[in-house]
Amino acid sequence: MEFLQPSDWQDALAAKAAFPDAVPVRGGTDVMVEMNFDRGRPAALLDLSHVKELGEWGRDDTDDTCVRIGAGVTYTRVLRELGTTVPGLAQAARTVGSPQIRNRGTIGGNLGAASPAGDCHPVLLAADAVYEVESAARGVRRIGADEFYLGPKRNSLDADELIRAIVVRATDTGQQFAKIGTRNAMVIAACSFAVAINREVRSVRTGIGSAGPTPLRAPEAETYLTDMMTQGELWEGGRLPDADVLKRFGDLVAGAARPIDDVRATAAYRRHSLRVMARRTATWALRQSC
Amino acid sequence: MRGTTADLDTAVRELARPVSYPVGTSPDRPDGPPKTKGEFAYSSDLWAQDMLWGRALRSPHPYARIRSLDIAAALAQPGVHAVLTHEDVPGRKTYGLLIPDQPVLAHDVVRFQGEPVALVAADHPETARRALDLIKVDYEPLEPVTDPEVSIAGTAPPLHPEGNIVAQLHIRHGDVAAASERADVTVTGTYELGMQDQAFLGPESGLALPSQDGGVELFIATQWLHADREQMAASLGLSPEKVRLTSAGIGGAFGGREDLSIQIHACLLALHTGRPIKMSYGREESFFGHVHRHPGRLEYEHGATRDGILTHVKARVVLDGGAYASTSREVIVVAATTAAGPYAVDHAEIDAYSTYTNNPPCGAMRGFGAVQSCFGYESQMDKLAAALDMDPVELRRRNVLPTGGKTPTGQVVDVPVPVRELLDQLEAMPLPPAENPDEERMRPGGVANTTHGEGVRRGVGYAVGFKNIGFSSGADDYSTARVRLSVSRGELTAEVHTAGLEVGQGLVVVQAQIARTELGVDHVLVLPADTQIGNAGSSSASRQSWLTGGAVQTTCAAVAAEVLERTAQRLGVNTDRCRLDAGQIVTAAGDFVASMVDIVADEPIELIREYHARKTTPLDANGQGDPHWAFAFAAHRAVVDVDVELGLVRVIELAVAQDVGKALNPKALEGQIEGGSAQGLGLALMEEIQVEDGCVRNPSFTDYLVPTILDVPPMRLAILELPTPHGPYGLNGAGEPPTISSTPAVVAAVRAATGMPLPRVPVRPTDIVEASLLT
Amino acid sequence: MRLECTVNDEARSLDGVWEGESLLYVLRERLGLPGSKNACEQGECGSCSVYVDGILACSCLVSAGQVHGARVITVEGLAEGDELHPIQRAFVEAGAVQCGFCTPGFVMVTHDLLAREASPTEPEIREALAGNLCRCTGYQKIVDAVQLAAKMLEEE
Repeated sequence: MEFLQPSDWQDALAAKAAFPDAVPVRGGTDVMVEMNFDRGRPAALLDLSHVKELGEWGRDDTDDTCVRIGAGVTYTRVLRELGTTVPGLAQAARTVGSPQIRNRGTIGGNLGAASPAGDCHPVLLAADAVYEVESAARGVRRIGADEFYLGPKRNSLDADELIRAIVVRATDTGQQFAKIGTRNAMVIAACSFAVAINREVRSVRTGIGSAGPTPLRAPEAETYLTDMMTQGELWEGGRLPDADVLKRFGDLVAGAARPIDDVRATAAYRRHSLRVMARRTATWALRQSC
Repeated sequence: MRGTTADLDTAVRELARPVSYPVGTSPDRPDGPPKTKGEFAYSSDLWAQDMLWGRALRSPHPYARIRSLDIAAALAQPGVHAVLTHEDVPGRKTYGLLIPDQPVLAHDVVRFQGEPVALVAADHPETARRALDLIKVDYEPLEPVTDPEVSIAGTAPPLHPEGNIVAQLHIRHGDVAAASERADVTVTGTYELGMQDQAFLGPESGLALPSQDGGVELFIATQWLHADREQMAASLGLSPEKVRLTSAGIGGAFGGREDLSIQIHACLLALHTGRPIKMSYGREESFFGHVHRHPGRLEYEHGATRDGILTHVKARVVLDGGAYASTSREVIVVAATTAAGPYAVDHAEIDAYSTYTNNPPCGAMRGFGAVQSCFGYESQMDKLAAALDMDPVELRRRNVLPTGGKTPTGQVVDVPVPVRELLDQLEAMPLPPAENPDEERMRPGGVANTTHGEGVRRGVGYAVGFKNIGFSSGADDYSTARVRLSVSRGELTAEVHTAGLEVGQGLVVVQAQIARTELGVDHVLVLPADTQIGNAGSSSASRQSWLTGGAVQTTCAAVAAEVLERTAQRLGVNTDRCRLDAGQIVTAAGDFVASMVDIVADEPIELIREYHARKTTPLDANGQGDPHWAFAFAAHRAVVDVDVELGLVRVIELAVAQDVGKALNPKALEGQIEGGSAQGLGLALMEEIQVEDGCVRNPSFTDYLVPTILDVPPMRLAILELPTPHGPYGLNGAGEPPTISSTPAVVAAVRAATGMPLPRVPVRPTDIVEASLLT
Repeated sequence: MRLECTVNDEARSLDGVWEGESLLYVLRERLGLPGSKNACEQGECGSCSVYVDGILACSCLVSAGQVHGARVITVEGLAEGDELHPIQRAFVEAGAVQCGFCTPGFVMVTHDLLAREASPTEPEIREALAGNLCRCTGYQKIVDAVQLAAKMLEEE
């Protein structure tokens, strides 16, 4: 096994081009579990710890309504520094593993692993985030969260590409994330859900975790609630949609899931919990964004 | 590189620090400081010059024939020093705590997923892992037997020569048919418990060193040194004297270390290579490397008169022991003999079975059969109370087994049965504020943001439990102590040596407290437990404070008598009514007679004594007999908040009342009660090894969920000290009772909050959510 | 591979480290520092918690090569000589130590919490310690120990 340790981003891209089989590692919170449990031996580990650029975040150069968050920013920093910039992501970060895991685990690692249970994905889907990836040969490309997830633990990165950053609209309101586990801390999601409601552009977006082969959206539910908000002239002012509208929204979210039975929950319970979480989180997001 | 065997010496020295407190006080544990500093040498911390790493190859199949086994490629690997199979076991090819039915290494057949098949010793763990990959095993998978009812019916091929039932008991007490005619109300129920894991944090591990005389020395985390030695010597083909065991630091046990894990394997490799062998399981291997709590299915019928007096109990208890016997034969005795609860039941029929299947082997875990029965009978008591429209606590009060009453085996209970007092204590405690906490961390779901109060309902539940203490069914239950009183560097010193293992419960500090109390000596050294001294029995069954404590007390008393006799001889005084106090021999009135230093200085006093529990008898064909020598009782009240829409539970408070007879060390005892209660909470709400077709689906701490600090609520304790007539200082066993009634109390509270029947633990969210919503 | 780092203020260098090793393995098996415990090796129990460049981490999930040039503090590095650190003293006095296998991790995470927040509320304590499993105590005496440690540190 090789251990590659680039000192900056250009070195890292060069190393990934030279060793396309190398597994990038920064927090180690996924990669090292695979190593310790002997679930595989990569040809090389590509340690991105020393790539300073990955740990930075700030306003996006091309669109100042957005923030650009380096792939190496940890969950602890998301929670402490981005609570009023991407509140849903901060909520999700708070539920990731333990404090020690949050201190090391990164957003980029969550995207790279592309587990359907990853806590960032539903929020980033709902927030319409864009992922910035880069290769030495072809430079930067931006992939919408919608296009990124291909299957369980598969994403649309090419072998020579690394994840550089995520770009997402800054907001202090309208986002909610909820996650089901049978323990009151330190659980992998049995099911999770995120909603982002933007009253300015009059949009509703969703993200579903752990209830399909990839993180999913619920397009019908989004359209339905958007239409009901418009029809009811609810985009401005403090009124909430009727209870049956929110209930229907929940049903449509549940209908969009493609869950299976596994060790963490049954498919039927996953669908049911999505129904409840969607109704509750949409209610909170609407109340909050009045 | 530094050797950590040096750290073991440090730990031994630390353990030997004096404890200047008698029984009834709470001195700091002598092993506390080194444990907080990371200097205490646990079994996985040991290291020796030229040591090799041992690893086991385990079966991926729950049931398969081994057609062939080829180790050549593994053996040829650089860095690999040995590859061993069943052919290399020099002595008895099988082992077992009660019945030697488990192969040291599988030959011909594997009977559970994870059964060891071959061993490797190599220079690095990774070399060993890669060598295991190179061992070629040709398996012919067979259809596994996974349903214990099939084992009882006898319709599957036998997994062992005696068939697929490990043990069965049929208790017949009174006249159930006639009694059931007198019942105004009858309730029936079927209850199930999933397979719980001990989940001790320190993995199975140890260091084996070949010795000059052809024997072997093993530093090991275990619960019972002498039983280990007996099984090891038989399989290693050595006389017991050539197998020497010393306790290394033990990272929890809870029953899961009562059976062998690495013991024979590490020693085989050490003897074969002539080098020290370290073995240390990872968490995944640990799930396959020890027995678990028996999953159970219990069918009940309870009858009562209209005023809530029990007329009869019928029970059928099935516990699945999995592939090998382990302690299944005795676990089922406890389950059956406690099946009617701590209640006066004059008419009972109890049929109980423990079975062989191809599921993971099950054996001892804290509560040992009484956890399973308690979930059954306490669920029934609540159901009966509902049918009678009676307060469930009042129903329990009306049926308490009186002291002098008989259990369904006909055994007279001659100790206090403080069930009423325990319930009174619980009811007298204030309830937490009724409103749901306005603190996100304290809601069901915690910070995962699943509710802001929506769907949350409060529930309160009670349960009582009891269990026998120690070994049952005619076993000679005893422990041994050696005590040496001497003067060392001018200071009076008592050395206490037993094989009683400190697994975390605080035995090391209690032994010192007893010696100090009996001998009036401040400076007490508790030596490391090893096989140089006689048997102490297992650190299980809530028995060590009583039996090893009793052995230390008895031996110290004999040493004290010797001191007095020597004083009488030397000084020509009558010491009949003298006693030892603070280093002096004093009269009954406390007047100075002599200094102990003067009496002992020239000739130390050293004695070895055994302490035996009262005799018991095995059950006869009708399940009658006196199988137990003591009983202990505890009760819980649980308060829960349940998000009834999502099925998520938050325990708000647990209250525990327990009679301990006498608290030798109150702080250690509180720790036992709190920790035991937390394990019962885990079984109620989240802990289960999920087994499908004989395969474990969740062998990791990611998916086997142990309660965190956000799951275990604050606890209120009421500790009763009603002296147990025949216990040393009046003490009673205390380790298991808090684990027993915790589970049914939590489930009763969840039932109260949700109105759901919840006949199975752990209660899953799907059990709480209405079935119609889950289509 | 070769590895150089500072552990408990002591410069250490090692040769022949396998690239797949964790920091936990290096500490326990190569540096004679077994205080960080090997309970789960998947970041689910917190028993192996150490500081890596001042940030509390599960050392089982840090790849050995990642600490090249880093500063590591383990539980063995908290106390000065034979004196216990006040947090360690609090754990002993509160009765928060039973089998003790989780104790080094709890001591470390308490150290990290109290460095950030001198007098945490009980919910804050519980959230901060939620990544550390204890199987013996039921956590009551651990909460007591953290509160006692906070008081001891305040008085110092």
